[in-house]
Amino acid sequence: MILLRYLTHIGRYFLMIREVFVKPTKWSVMRGLIFKEIDDLVIDSLGIVCFISFFVGGVVSIQTALNLTNPLIPKYLIGFATRQSVILEFAPTFISIIMAGKMGSFITSSIGTMRVTEQIDALEVMGVNSLNYLVFPKMVALILYPFVIGISMFLGILGGWMGGVYGGFTTSAQFIQGIQTEFIPFHIAYAFIKTIMFAFLLATIPSYHGYYMKGGALEVGKASTVSFVWTSVVVILSNYILTQLLLA
Amino acid sequence: MIEVRNVEKSFGTAKVLKGITTTFDTGKTNLIIGQSGSGKTVLLKSLLGIHTPDSGIISFDGRVLSQMDSDERRELRTEIGMVFQGSALFDSMTVEENVAFPLKMFTQKTPAEIKERVDFVIDRVNLVNAHHKKPSELSGGMQKRVAIARAIVNNPRYLFCDEPNSGLDPKTSIVIDNLIHEITVEYNITTVINTHDMNSVMEIGDKIVFLKEGILAWEGTKKDIFKTDNEAVTDFVYSSNLFKKIRKSQNKEDI
Repeated sequence: MILLRYLTHIGRYFLMIREVFVKPTKWSVMRGLIFKEIDDLVIDSLGIVCFISFFVGGVVSIQTALNLTNPLIPKYLIGFATRQSVILEFAPTFISIIMAGKMGSFITSSIGTMRVTEQIDALEVMGVNSLNYLVFPKMVALILYPFVIGISMFLGILGGWMGGVYGGFTTSAQFIQGIQTEFIPFHIAYAFIKTIMFAFLLATIPSYHGYYMKGGALEVGKASTVSFVWTSVVVILSNYILTQLLLA
Repeated sequence: MIEVRNVEKSFGTAKVLKGITTTFDTGKTNLIIGQSGSGKTVLLKSLLGIHTPDSGIISFDGRVLSQMDSDERRELRTEIGMVFQGSALFDSMTVEENVAFPLKMFTQKTPAEIKERVDFVIDRVNLVNAHHKKPSELSGGMQKRVAIARAIVNNPRYLFCDEPNSGLDPKTSIVIDNLIHEITVEYNITTVINTHDMNSVMEIGDKIVFLKEGILAWEGTKKDIFKTDNEAVTDFVYSSNLFKKIRKSQNKEDI
């Protein structure tokens, strides 16, 4: 029974994705919606992403330094470990989990409130494809999500450099040497491929939970929580699958 | 004219509409009345195409709803104006933007033409100094006026209202009722209102359809409703003390 319920959700999710692209909204209206979503989802997220990235980068650097107790291990490994952690996992995956909470609950609650207050019914009755109107602009806006993750990578490494150098754990030259050591450009591509996938999940899974929710204000809150949980689960699973496919 | 023929609708094992047959005439205010759970909202949502009837036919001036593909349905919906029970105004938009929405979506009008039309309908529903306010800044009555303005801005052929008086004081209810009636006559549209407010019935009910437990128990005009001996209707109508008094005074006059 539970399996059947999950399969029903998965099936309905993919049908929703198909419906998003049917009967597009007039471009003059859609353009405004896209800019609004860029502001709400991307620009409004920059502050928290910058703050978290910078300090977590610093912590990664300090933690690495504190664990390098063997004097034979070169100090440039602090920079190396910070770069690898930030670029490969922290920026693309863990920022996406945080965004599942921040952006995801915003998307679910805003669409869910529209459902509860009959605004989605109003769109449908007017002849508007409500899924295209509500979900498509979010998907387009999140094309800019790799830009957010790029900033996160930069600030994470900058935070690591500041934590390492100003904390007295390494020198600037050693840290920069570590950043450059065994640099594989494909890792950046891998991180951005993951990011594009996560952006799609971040736009669509919370939208699904908001769009198909039933009930009142309490259920909007519940839907936001469920949406966060499922977005996180799918992000982690797809992270595993993509890593297996791209790096293994 | 909207024709409903033998429409049935069930949810699971519960049969909500049991073979409804009626017509809603153009230029008339048609009221669907009945107690809560009688199937009024399901009938209204079936007319709007939000619910698909299990059987039966709904046609809009000869165009059968069930025979339309999704594009034709969307086309039909551009001819429909709907006033929702909770107004369903878009929170993120101002009054002006809410009213302009159908024009921006479905017409090729220039911004100046849209502004002119929006100003006209906002004036028509007697909204003053509300153009740039958000729905949350408006009273319930004002929200209903905005919803009516949005519903009529694109010159609909059909206007549907779900409990337009719910949450409004009696005076504002009468104003909203009369506004809907005036617009119906003025623009010669087919209006269908879902209500359980007997005051609305007396104010604007050109045709009344009474539902009881999913069955069309009675239909007629507002004059007929006080003369009928249909027990289901009299039970519903005279559940209000006010109407009991009207009934008594009418009986005295007859004697």
